[in-house]
Amino acid sequence: MILQSYQIKIPAKTGNLEVIRNFLISSLQTLKFSEEELNKVLLSVDEACSNVIRHAYNFKENQIKIDLKIEKNKISIFVTDSGKGFDPSKIETPKMDEYLKNFKVGGLGILIMKKLMDEVEYDIRPGSQNKVKLVKYF
Amino acid sequence: MSGFKIDTKKEESVSVVRISGFLDAHTAHELEAEFQGITSKGDYKILVNFAGLDYISSAGLGVFMGFIELVRENGGDIKMCEMNVKIYKIFDLLGFPNLYEIFDTQAEAIEKFKD
Repeated sequence: MILQSYQIKIPAKTGNLEVIRNFLISSLQTLKFSEEELNKVLLSVDEACSNVIRHAYNFKENQIKIDLKIEKNKISIFVTDSGKGFDPSKIETPKMDEYLKNFKVGGLGILIMKKLMDEVEYDIRPGSQNKVKLVKYF
Repeated sequence: MSGFKIDTKKEESVSVVRISGFLDAHTAHELEAEFQGITSKGDYKILVNFAGLDYISSAGLGVFMGFIELVRENGGDIKMCEMNVKIYKIFDLLGFPNLYEIFDTQAEAIEKFKD
């Protein structure tokens, strides 16, 4: 059962990442999240939104929507865009030993989301609606 | 909660880059430009002081990855110090402490550059 839900829809630009973090902080302030757990949520959503701005929209002006649903024992965050999308099965999660050894750059966003959140799911419909779902239990 | 600041000072032969605020996809280019400026002068001993940094995302991490090879090829290093626990956990999550030396104090880090 959804106890509370919040939504923000704003231009997808890096200058709004701070606005998105502040939206999450104010929406989640009544929950008993530790600072560490809250930071995991902030960073994971930041990574999802940064991917949208860079990869889905290629920095072109467009909208990003974030829905937050609070239930008794979990929060679910949906990051939605209408950009070009991607095939989740073709995304390779970096092996960090090799990544660091070869001085790689970029490509860590999805790995961070997977490490910090309890569930990460995709619903990709290129050109129409792409959605990343992030879940954290508490 | 906003903003990102950089203040670079030379201490002995080391460029000490103090960063504060929020290092994300919006602000990472500022650090990138700072590193670009330092290395273009032929300075490759870089110490990043994290004391004032409250937040880092993968875009910020990417700046360090983007310069570490160049810096080490030229006999230098990017070392780090005074990182708060919150930031260290992100570095540790991805194994970054295996690639970068992280010190509790700036003095220790500067001393290590003398080795």
